[in-house]
Amino acid sequence: MREKNVVQTKNLDWTYNGTKVLDDVSITIKPGTFTGILGPNGAGKTTLLKLILNLLDNEKDSVLITGKDIKTYSRKALAKIEAYVPQSVKIDFNFTVEQVVLMGRTPFLGRFDRESNEDIKIAEWAMQETGVLKLRGKLITHLSGGELQRVVIARALTQEPAILALDEPTSHLDIHHQINILSIIRSLAKRKNLTIVAVLHDVNHALEYCDNIFLLDQGKIVNSGSPEKVITPKVMKEVYNLNVNITKNPFTGNPYMLHDYA
Amino acid sequence: MISGKYRKIIFTLLVLILLGTIMIAGSLGSARISFSDVIKIIISPITPVGVENNVIKETSRIIIWKIRMPRIVLTVIAGMGLGVSGAVFQGIFRNPMANPYILGISSGAAFGVTLGMTMGLQITFLGIGAIPISAFIGAVGASVIVYLISGGGRDILPLLLSGIAIGFFLSAMMSLLMYFNRSQLENIVYWTMGSFNASSWQKAAITAPVILPGILFLIIFARDLNLMVLGEDSASSLGIPVRKSRLIFLLISTIITASAVAVSGVIGFVGLIVPHAMRIITGPDHRTLIPYSMMGGAILLLVSDTIARTIIAPTEIPVGIVTSLLGAPFFLFLLNRMRHPK
Ligand SMILES: Nc1ncnc2c1ncn2[C@@H]1O[C@H](COP(=O)(O)OP(=O)(O)OP(=O)(O)O)[C@@H](O)[C@H]1O
Ligand SMILES: [Mg+2]
Repeated sequence: MREKNVVQTKNLDWTYNGTKVLDDVSITIKPGTFTGILGPNGAGKTTLLKLILNLLDNEKDSVLITGKDIKTYSRKALAKIEAYVPQSVKIDFNFTVEQVVLMGRTPFLGRFDRESNEDIKIAEWAMQETGVLKLRGKLITHLSGGELQRVVIARALTQEPAILALDEPTSHLDIHHQINILSIIRSLAKRKNLTIVAVLHDVNHALEYCDNIFLLDQGKIVNSGSPEKVITPKVMKEVYNLNVNITKNPFTGNPYMLHDYA
Repeated sequence: MISGKYRKIIFTLLVLILLGTIMIAGSLGSARISFSDVIKIIISPITPVGVENNVIKETSRIIIWKIRMPRIVLTVIAGMGLGVSGAVFQGIFRNPMANPYILGISSGAAFGVTLGMTMGLQITFLGIGAIPISAFIGAVGASVIVYLISGGGRDILPLLLSGIAIGFFLSAMMSLLMYFNRSQLENIVYWTMGSFNASSWQKAAITAPVILPGILFLIIFARDLNLMVLGEDSASSLGIPVRKSRLIFLLISTIITASAVAVSGVIGFVGLIVPHAMRIITGPDHRTLIPYSMMGGAILLLVSDTIARTIIAPTEIPVGIVTSLLGAPFFLFLLNRMRHPK
């Protein structure tokens, strides 16, 4: 069977109030892969992620999800396929952790349904995976930044999506949980054929976890392909103005980046 | 927040408190009618003829059915509407300071009434006079204008600010009209303070089929509101068509509020404090918060109205004054409690 693209953008442009933020971006993402989107601040990574989640009013036929124009999906239908972990979350209302995680089941509930035991089991599984099960009764407004981030990831997993889009999912996490979360989603990609699209800032995380990388700079894809191919001293110098050396991580055998502090 | 099973018990308790308040409100007034008579009169249409009925004075029966009950029913319906739309507006604007008048409904209604009075408007519709009609049109009109000039509710902040701006503009227009038509001054000012003294079965019969199904609809769609308070992107990615849902929520709660304002004037604070107080019991889940706010609004407004018409009888004070006098200290008490939780 020919591998279909789950996510595809075709010559995608995006403009905020007259400023071009994305310029002719064409990407394809295969099912069950872990794709990293890298690039400096303001490169357009979040914007790209929002476009493949239909959160911005872009033109027809520029984003395809499982081969169909994203604009032909209803919100609810799309929410059964794609889940989103935003770059930052702010919740002022005193929901409990469990209530927030259970909201991930909403796309699957009819108008008059309450969450079933099955739904609660899925939420418990997601909280277990992300290590927030013991916080289930706590108020969301009382969580630390990293705990909140893991709750939002749990909510996205509770959606049981085919595509999981994460915007800097480890930005608030300690080093243990950074690795923990990325390893969990990688193993879900392998086991459940989940497609991961993650905006990452840590280049070494990208080298370790990604099957594919799109490097964005000033709204353009400047490089794409396997991590070894994209993350090179030359590219890092051009895009980040950083002197780097690529070595091997003795623990995993994958490429590892060392850099200058000048 | 209180756990699931107690919530049902407390809700039942609120229903009982409301029924009790209805009895008390029926009993109090210039002619005192005993509780047992009030109950007998109220249930008399459903009791078999001849049972004890002849003991009750005909005047009591007339006072209850013709004067007090229409007013009580109208107060309860309006209170339910204000409580519920307060909860919904606070959810949509993700702001616990929001209230049903935030889109200029109150100034729109007041302007409509002022315009109607100064022009000597003489229309009637389904037995409803010119004042409620002009209030309703003014209220809905102001919200529609706010919605349109703020870019169709694309974002909530412009909506909020436009609401404030239009509110000020319409208040100024109203003052201008009042300034040049001083003969109507007292009527207008009195109307804006809110009162149920012009209640009638007609008014109850026309507001109930608007407000009650509106509340039912909001309860059915309450889950969407839970997601909308998480923010537009999160709600969208969880399957909620946010702009469409927001428009529907705004439309329904605007019509509910406008109907309540049309028959009673501008009654402050109910839509602000009731959802606050109820949230302490229910937590933020709108599926329980909305029904609770419905009961809380009805009780608060009925208590306030009963005080308004009895405390210095035979003079009646506008109920809007009572709700604010009772509401403001209570609100401060709640705020204080939130800042220093036990
Ligand atoms: N709502 C908006 N209105 C106007 N400009 C915006 C808006 N959102 C983002 N931009 C601009 O678009 C550009 C791309 O923003 P985007 O959020 O996609 O960057 P990013 O790559 O995610 O950056 P970061 O690494 O800092 O998160 C930036 O220059 C930003 O200032
Ligand atoms: Mg970003």
